Amino acid sequence: MKHTSKLADIALLIGFAIVVALGPVIFTPIGAGYPDLLQKFAIYGIFAIGFNILFGLTGYLSFGHAAFLGVGSYAAVWSFKLLSMDLLPAVIASVLLAGLLALAIGFISLRRSGIYFSILTLAFAQMCYNMAYSVLTPITNGETGLRVLRNDPRHLDAAFGYVSPMPSLLGLQITGWTGFYICGAVLVAAFGLSIAIFRSPFGMTLRAIKSNQNRMGYTGYSSRPYLLSAFVISGMFAGLAGSLLAATDPLAGAERMQWTASGEVVLMTILGGAGTLLGPVLGTGLIKYFENIFSAYNEQQLTAMFAFLPDGVREAVVKTTGLFVGEGWQLTLGLLFMAVVIFLPGGIMEGINRLLGLKHTPKVKSLGDSPQRDGLGEMVIEEMPPSHGAAEADKKVAEQKNAEKKRAVAP
Amino acid sequence: MDAIILQILNGLDKGGAYALIALGLTLAFGTLGVVNFAHGALFMLGAFCAVVFNKLLTLEIVRVDPTKTTPWGSPLEVKTPYVQAMLGDWGKVFIDYSVPVSIVMAIPVMLLIGIVIERGLIRFFYKRPHADQILVTFGLAIVLQEIVKHFFGANPIAQSAPQIFSGSLQMTEAIVYPYWRIIYLAFSLAVIAAVFAFLQLTTFGMVVRAGMQDRETVGLLGINIERRFTIVFGLAAVVAGVAGVMYTPIVPPDYHMGMDFLVLSFVVVVVGGMGSLPGAVLAGFLLGILQSFASMNEVKALVPGIDQIIIYLVAVVILLVRPRGLLGRKGVMES
Amino acid sequence: MIATNDIVLHIDHVHKTFAGLHALADVHLDIREGETHAIIGPNGAGKSTLLNVCVGVLPPTQGKVMFHGTELTGLKPYEINQLGVARVFQTPEIFGDLTVLENVMMAMLSHRDGAFRLKLVSRFDEQGEIGQRAIQALRDRGLGGHIYHLAGALSRGDKRRLELVMGLVQKPKLLLLDEPTAGMARADTNATIEILRQIKESGMTIVIIEHDMHVVFSLADRITVLAGGRVIAQGVPDEIKGNPKVIEAYLGEEQV
Ligand SMILES: Nc1ncnc2c1ncn2[C@@H]1O[C@H](COP(=O)(O)OP(=O)(O)O)[C@@H](O)[C@H]1O
Ligand SMILES: [Mg+2]
Repeated sequence: MKHTSKLADIALLIGFAIVVALGPVIFTPIGAGYPDLLQKFAIYGIFAIGFNILFGLTGYLSFGHAAFLGVGSYAAVWSFKLLSMDLLPAVIASVLLAGLLALAIGFISLRRSGIYFSILTLAFAQMCYNMAYSVLTPITNGETGLRVLRNDPRHLDAAFGYVSPMPSLLGLQITGWTGFYICGAVLVAAFGLSIAIFRSPFGMTLRAIKSNQNRMGYTGYSSRPYLLSAFVISGMFAGLAGSLLAATDPLAGAERMQWTASGEVVLMTILGGAGTLLGPVLGTGLIKYFENIFSAYNEQQLTAMFAFLPDGVREAVVKTTGLFVGEGWQLTLGLLFMAVVIFLPGGIMEGINRLLGLKHTPKVKSLGDSPQRDGLGEMVIEEMPPSHGAAEADKKVAEQKNAEKKRAVAP
Repeated sequence: MDAIILQILNGLDKGGAYALIALGLTLAFGTLGVVNFAHGALFMLGAFCAVVFNKLLTLEIVRVDPTKTTPWGSPLEVKTPYVQAMLGDWGKVFIDYSVPVSIVMAIPVMLLIGIVIERGLIRFFYKRPHADQILVTFGLAIVLQEIVKHFFGANPIAQSAPQIFSGSLQMTEAIVYPYWRIIYLAFSLAVIAAVFAFLQLTTFGMVVRAGMQDRETVGLLGINIERRFTIVFGLAAVVAGVAGVMYTPIVPPDYHMGMDFLVLSFVVVVVGGMGSLPGAVLAGFLLGILQSFASMNEVKALVPGIDQIIIYLVAVVILLVRPRGLLGRKGVMES
Repeated sequence: MIATNDIVLHIDHVHKTFAGLHALADVHLDIREGETHAIIGPNGAGKSTLLNVCVGVLPPTQGKVMFHGTELTGLKPYEINQLGVARVFQTPEIFGDLTVLENVMMAMLSHRDGAFRLKLVSRFDEQGEIGQRAIQALRDRGLGGHIYHLAGALSRGDKRRLELVMGLVQKPKLLLLDEPTAGMARADTNATIEILRQIKESGMTIVIIEHDMHVVFSLADRITVLAGGRVIAQGVPDEIKGNPKVIEAYLGEEQV
């Protein structure tokens, strides 16, 4: 009984791992059961999980997280070029470099809060993006993008006599289903880490900062290092995602750092539900899935789809739907963005919770006040005869005592 | 020396654009308390007003001239813009002046767009946290620019300044300054002056300024501050829009020009001081000039790439040394 | 210098001006170990400002504040809290999105682990006996029925009580209370007096700002009267009661 909540977390993680492992089977009926797409789910899922640690827990809205993804990609490609085709050195390099960049950007941006913080992070990301296209061209290869070449030195590989034409992990090629399972394993690990952080004193401190930062000082906490840690951790997650992205497609371009990419991770997180464990992964899956479907449509397909309509009507329908698919996918994304913020600020997880009646809607609906626990966590907490040793019975006794005391004091 | 003057001049017209956008942003912050990430998109819409107007003016009648043939022997098609066909030489002048003339069209259009956005979307977000405001206007910006992309394509559409302004002013031997940039500078100064005059000299402006200082008190006085704020938002949209219209001959507009300007304008607002109109103007020009200095070859040789990042560096320094910005009040929009 | 070691808080000729307004003028005050010291005065007298200067929210314009020989001036609020000064606000400041228990545990953890410690893997709900002690503290103060409720959903009175518990569990060397009974009904006020009396009897040094003379005279060992930012009287309750200056300052607005 004592560790109900811990057990639930472990169950959640195991369940998550099973879903990932069965991904190819589960997602086939909806037409997503192929490795490239599932791999994308996993990689962007890691990105969103990391972003959620910052935004979901502290409420600090960064608009520049794509910079860390981009830097992670560049670092990984350089590792493939200079060190080894193996994924491990690349991941280490990416995570470290993204973490360092996050430390620098966070150190400055976190001196301000609210919108100043958002603007600062946006400005820094744009700065990185601009630099990648200009001064840093020797490192980033500008618009062409950085790619792995056959005759790159790869000192580690040379030393060990290891030869691999493509990025690999301990000899396993990161392509096809192997590629997916490698990314999926990292996703599960990232999810587990996120659970640990959510449940840790560190996570609670971040929630407290979100709830009332002013109070933190009077409670004896120095908020800044906590926020900076959260920022760096989420930057490292982004760097990790960036390295996987580079491993599956060993070409790094600056467009990965653009503000639209930063906006996308925000959207994935809030669509699923910021501050919840599963939300960011759900949001990512949904967005990448629809992106994949919507952007693949073209006019002929639409015409074929609406063939049953009379000619004039069909043309109009094809024209209007054509606005939202194919090239127009970005428009759909923008509309989706607005719709989520307007109608479902708590994201899908809040929607699910509301449907299940697990949580009454918060009085003030906003992202800032969105329920901070997902359905599962909340359920557990409400049922949990807590590990602190107090049982329901005690609670009642206390209530009675309380009432008696009041009566005794009242004149 | 000449080079320095030239850079200052070059910075001034860019600074004018920054100042105009930042002015609108600040108006919206200060009055509605709303962080508008779609403000850059309004600038872009203004620029496309000029494009549309030009397209309308240059709609052509195609006639086949039976007396002439092309070198290939087919009958020659003569294309005449309607306006020219109807108004003769005046039509030509009209087309030549399409950019400045399209301001006439842009003002009501932008006012309408601004009011629709405020009434239809923004007003539901007054009480929501800034994060929500940022997100919803960010979504709106994407939507607006994707719509423009759908109709006008992804490539920049060059617009030309009227013939007589297309040359340059030979100020000294080394200083050559395009006329249109002078026009743009004068135009932005005029718009800034008009906005300030409007706020300083009219009762409407007085109420708005009072509302920027202390919204609640003004509300308590029984003044319908909301309706005025709607108009202020429309005004901000107009300012951004006309700034966009006049900018088209300088940089050919494309659908994502708004976002590029938005990020910089936010930096301008932060440097100037959140909620301070004079701060926005001052910082706009200051950063415009700094940026143009940073793009001098001598400076770039010294610090490569400085032109790309100077504005952000300045913003960082300002925020570290004087967090409230150059002319800002303390604690505005802090949480 | 007389026996400074039993002086907990030494407010040394503190001035505070806000844009020309003298909110505090030459306030000189010693809080002794173990005493309950009330600071009273009409509205706008500068009582809250004095407290804000003590906990580092506002820097004094002139003068300094010493806590057990450490100068507080220039320290950040969290540093002052870590030194052992806890504060209860005039308007409740709590973590509204956290449960009542989590609020209290947060207060305890900052004193076990310090102002910053990166604890990423251990679980918040398994922090040794901290949870037990937090629950006990909540029960002792009549909040046992609300342990798992969101703190933001509590009534105003319960929020104040929660804040008090958050202060107490930190075992502070000095507890600063800003109008703990403001806006409370008589019955709740009496309950609060009872709680404060228990705390006082535990030997804690308390500074209490209070409007309600009933509360002041039930609890205070010594009283300092502020008016217009100046100390106009100081002494044991009986001295203050009969002091004509004090009566004048209040102009009969309060029943003494
Ligand atoms: N942050 C501030 N800025 C300007 N004036 C202030 C500020 N805080 C307090 N004051 C002024 O200082 C005086 C004392 O206020 P305060 O300490 O809150 O009084 P009390 O708590 O005794 O009622 C009042 O006149 C108040 O208006
Ligand atoms: Mg007070």
